[in-house]
Amino acid sequence: MSNVRLEKVWKRFGATEVIKGVDIEFNEGEFVVLVGPSGCGKSTLLNLVAGLETLSSGNIFIGDRLVNDIPPKDRNIAMVFQSYALYPTKTVHKNITFGMETRRVPVAEQERALKQVTELLHIDSFLERKPGQLSGGQRQRVAMGRALVRHPDVFLFDEPLSNLDAKLRIEMRTEIKKLHQQLGKTIIYVTHDQIEAMTLASRIAVMDNGHIRQFASPETIYEEPEDLFVAEFIGAPSMNIVRGRIRKKGQYVVEVIDEEGSILFPLPDRLLKPAAAREDQEVFLGMRPETITRKGAQRPSVNMFSFQRAIDVVEPTGPDTMLVFTLGNIEAIARVHPEDREQAGAKYAFEVDMGKAKLFDVKTGKRL
Amino acid sequence: MSRAAIDGIVRPKGARNKVLRVLLFFILGLFVLYYLLPLFVMVSTSLKSLDEIRGGSLLSLPRNPNFDAWGKAWQSACVGVRCNGLRPYMWNSVAMVVPAVLISTTLGALNGYALTKWRFRGADTIFALMLFGAFIPFQVVLLPMARTLGLMGLAGSVTGLIFVHTVYGLAFTTLYFRNFFIGVSDGIVQAAKIDGAGFFRIFFHVMLPMAPPAIVVTVIWQFTQIWNDFLFGIAFTVGDSNPVTVALNNIVNTSTGVKEYNVDMAAAILAALPTLLVYIIAGKYFVRGLAAGALKG
Ligand SMILES: Nc1ncnc2c1ncn2[C@@H]1O[C@H](COP(=O)(O)OP(=O)(O)OP(=O)(O)O)[C@@H](O)[C@H]1O
Ligand SMILES: [Mg+2]
Repeated sequence: MSNVRLEKVWKRFGATEVIKGVDIEFNEGEFVVLVGPSGCGKSTLLNLVAGLETLSSGNIFIGDRLVNDIPPKDRNIAMVFQSYALYPTKTVHKNITFGMETRRVPVAEQERALKQVTELLHIDSFLERKPGQLSGGQRQRVAMGRALVRHPDVFLFDEPLSNLDAKLRIEMRTEIKKLHQQLGKTIIYVTHDQIEAMTLASRIAVMDNGHIRQFASPETIYEEPEDLFVAEFIGAPSMNIVRGRIRKKGQYVVEVIDEEGSILFPLPDRLLKPAAAREDQEVFLGMRPETITRKGAQRPSVNMFSFQRAIDVVEPTGPDTMLVFTLGNIEAIARVHPEDREQAGAKYAFEVDMGKAKLFDVKTGKRL
Repeated sequence: MSRAAIDGIVRPKGARNKVLRVLLFFILGLFVLYYLLPLFVMVSTSLKSLDEIRGGSLLSLPRNPNFDAWGKAWQSACVGVRCNGLRPYMWNSVAMVVPAVLISTTLGALNGYALTKWRFRGADTIFALMLFGAFIPFQVVLLPMARTLGLMGLAGSVTGLIFVHTVYGLAFTTLYFRNFFIGVSDGIVQAAKIDGAGFFRIFFHVMLPMAPPAIVVTVIWQFTQIWNDFLFGIAFTVGDSNPVTVALNNIVNTSTGVKEYNVDMAAAILAALPTLLVYIIAGKYFVRGLAAGALKG
């Protein structure tokens, strides 16, 4: 059994509260990704699970075992650090076997384990080099190798790919995913990179300021964010969130007013109930950039709604082009096909899939 | 820095710059002479006979150089009433400096490691207090230390002197190692903890192998300080257990008979030789380590 359970976990450094009552359970074999803005306590949470920090209060279970007072080495976990934290004076070989030497594993067995992981990670050709003589990607693999030889119940990764260049990062991402499929071990993975989070995770935990905001599958997090924070944090470019007012004009609409006039965004059936309860009140309307395109570019449906706005800025990214325009009080972004682009300043007929639109409460930020 | 790196620097050209460079090297040359002159006088005097010294000038080269004065300084010059030269005192100094340097460096490394990588409540206060120790003048600790040595039964012995130097050196050695280890990523220690290593295993197998620059700086610093120390030596030892600095003073200040300048000079050079050797062997690391410490401090 190697599920991980945190019960009312608090962590304070002096007077600063870093983890504020986290309750969460990671299932056995699950790939959980922790995301959140810098300084929200992701590393601290990981260190608590690893035993590198002591709890202020609460309980942590790994399997059925309460590990609050168990030192890192006896928790049967392995960790890969952001900076890799390889031993600079040891060769790759010794870096990987140091832990086994410490635990007095017989040499023959050490060599067998070493051979196994170095072949798996393709690092068997530079075993006698020191970390200083390796490239970033190679160091990263060695750090993974050091974790793998432990055969731990739980892997902890703290931003293991953040020091790599974009191409290598994508390669390693795929390899980590493969590795997880092969090993089937529980992985808790911290990252800043939400693409990494979306592609790797079986479930994502979004953290903010010491709290877990939402813990769900990537699809759920993306399509049904609990609140404004999650909605804005996940997705790049992030969701357009416009302030508007609910009106009843035959059907329920969100009225957005700015200098270019007012637009009445019709709400889909799904949102009728919350809308009815908030007639003439302010709400936030959330629309992801990819749901706003050129008129006629999406599959027709009853929820398509088109409107006109002038383009402020054009930002080509390659596969898509971002059109920035003013909507209500924000700079909204639409994601269109490159061939659908127009010059900045031009009037443009946009179309939005209101079936995917979201409403948020102005006061609580909760999704309606 | 390698030669290629120095040569690679792009310099401004032109007559004006040439003149400035010549001037610069001329001034530097003067400084070099100024520093070398005393050494030259000492070496050349030590190779002369007494007659020649009385007759000739201070700066003249020896007419027929010989090592008689060196031999005398080493084994037969009179220190007080004994005439065995510097040799026995040289051994006193070695017997003092080696353990004192080893112990204070080892403890300093342990302190620096504990203060930076096993942070505990009050670590900063303890460090501040230790740092304060580096600023206490020798004179202030003389009397309390004498009393302490007396109580410990170590008064007047080389062991007592080792103890004094170790304690006094801790402030410096701790400072050097703390500044070095603070630059080492905490992640390395955390990784080692997860690998199952404890306090001492991490220290000996992970941290110390990274620390040669700090070790070299500390050893040179401690070696020179302890070897050259005169005050503690004269205050806490008697006669036979004197370190070489005290013995040298006694040779030079002997008031009986003629003043043998050649022997005095040879003795002074002999007494200074070990520190000179340490600098020559490890000086390169010294500068490098000091620079690293300064950047990371
Ligand atoms: N030893 C410590 N003493 C005091 N405060 C600390 C300590 N360690 C972390 N903190 C604080 O706790 C907060 C969370 O830190 P943590 O390293 O967990 O953030 P993070 O989510 O991992 O950020 P990042 O994404 O930048 O790595 C930060 O505000 C940090 O300043
Ligand atoms: Mg972090």
